[in-house]
Amino acid sequence: MTTSQTPVLQARNLVKRYGSVTAINGADFELYPGEVLAVIGDNGAGKSSLIKALSGALNPDSGEILMDGQPVRFRTTIDARHRGIETVYQDLAVIPALDIASNVFLGREIRKKGLAGALFRQLDKPRMRAESMSHLADLKIGIKSATQAVETLSGGQRQGVAVVRSAAFGKRVIIMDEPTAALGVKESGMVMDLIRQIRGRGLPVILISHDMPHVFEVADRIHVHRLGKRAAVVNPKERSMAEVVALMTGAIEPTEEERHGGI
Amino acid sequence: MSTSTNTIAPPPTRTGRDWTWVARQPLVGPLAALVVAVVVFSIGSPRFLSPYNLSLIGQQSIVVGILAVAQTIVILTAGIDLSIGAITVLGTIVMAKTVGSAGALGALLIALVVCVIIGAINGSLVTYLRLPPFIVTLGTFTATSAATQLYAGSATYPVTSQLLTFFGQDFGVGSLRTTLGVAVLIVVYIVCFYILGQTAGGQHVYAVGGNPIAARFAGIKTSRTLMSVYIMTGVIAAIAAWAALGRIPNADPNAYQTANLDTITAVVIGGTSLFGGRGSVVGTLIGTLIVGVLRNGLTLIGVDNLYQNIATGALVILAVAFDQLARRRTQ
Repeated sequence: MTTSQTPVLQARNLVKRYGSVTAINGADFELYPGEVLAVIGDNGAGKSSLIKALSGALNPDSGEILMDGQPVRFRTTIDARHRGIETVYQDLAVIPALDIASNVFLGREIRKKGLAGALFRQLDKPRMRAESMSHLADLKIGIKSATQAVETLSGGQRQGVAVVRSAAFGKRVIIMDEPTAALGVKESGMVMDLIRQIRGRGLPVILISHDMPHVFEVADRIHVHRLGKRAAVVNPKERSMAEVVALMTGAIEPTEEERHGGI
Repeated sequence: MSTSTNTIAPPPTRTGRDWTWVARQPLVGPLAALVVAVVVFSIGSPRFLSPYNLSLIGQQSIVVGILAVAQTIVILTAGIDLSIGAITVLGTIVMAKTVGSAGALGALLIALVVCVIIGAINGSLVTYLRLPPFIVTLGTFTATSAATQLYAGSATYPVTSQLLTFFGQDFGVGSLRTTLGVAVLIVVYIVCFYILGQTAGGQHVYAVGGNPIAARFAGIKTSRTLMSVYIMTGVIAAIAAWAALGRIPNADPNAYQTANLDTITAVVIGGTSLFGGRGSVVGTLIGTLIVGVLRNGLTLIGVDNLYQNIATGALVILAVAFDQLARRRTQ
């Protein structure tokens, strides 16, 4: 990563207060093209508020968000989605009783062409299934049929469906909020692979995680959030896990360069 | 590298003791119950399987069956509607009292508007004030019932209009004849089956009931979905009211007292989860038939009405218990 590139997604001096509680306290943020950026922080450090602001789920009181250097404003998650930012939420954000294709296309269903679609609003299920299967195959997720209800899948497979949905429609940025929190070791490994594959396609990923080994396994840079703002951005090749945890808790101070977010 | 870990293990296989898999095959249980009921009653009474009696079961199921479709859609959104029975009764009284001045078509339209308004009131309170559907519809049920009594002046109104009693007409092939009301019942099921399974709006009903947060994050306008559902219950209640006048051409403010609970019975027996997001109108159709067969069959073999209520009550509790157990196992 070189700082001479323009960040795909950037935030400057974001502030969000809830009454007397300051959730975001002048936070900066930069995501560069093609990177996996991990966002870590202790509970209550305000990292989810930051992520919500970046995905349109929260309106900051002040500060600005930029895409490709241009100021943008996300009033809702739908605004952010229109800009190509897709978020995978931690609580396995799928609809259990619907099949895989319906989940992948949820909220962006494709209707049949002609009278059936225009007048009777009939969905083009065969097409949605075929496209879902090809998206699943792109990310090497071994699911045999897109007509399976999501509730019949394992936790890892469900997360896979949620990731596929984001990767299929996210044109610019994929945000993953604790994607492995509910998963076992093997399934977490699968999600890590998915993240690498998405990066391999040139899409930058923001990974929010508590799991240090995962973060060090996959991240190009690590954004350390503390007390409502960015405390440092570190290079995982230069810092050990113990050091990063110490930065997170304030036990050690970042270098001047880390403090300013540059590597 | 570890890219090969993407071959995912299949979901854990069922153990021999996990008998709740039956409940997870959504239609197996209800269908088996229907078959058992039919077999038992055809042994118990020679008249049970006669074409006349089968047609009678259909006709007796018209109002509950039509309303059960609306109930299914509401329950799919994790709601419940205690008021549709009362809305339907008000609809019949409105039709009967306005037909003289407004004409038959006018009476139908006025009743439709009244039913839709009450549905929309339910919908607004549930959607925008976020009140629990149980409480909201309990309130509109009480208010609507009282309004119906006031409006009817506790009298009943015979209906002679051809249009209003249209669905009482006979049709059929050979010895199997039935009324147009049964056809309306079937059409309502087919239309709603199509909407739920083949349109985006229908998929959103499952989404809103199954995981409202995920639905919202997926860009679904959940309040629009909920409002449409409650407005649709108003429309379906008006259709049921029209069909009810075909079945019995007499608008009675005290009629269909158990219809509302029977719709919930039919939905739950049909395998639709009271927790939302899971179920189908096909199950509800089977559930409606089970309730119809049970009431008809028990009457034929001479069981008192009150015992029938005990039987259907037990059936609902059994169905809900199955639903709960199945949920616990899958979680």
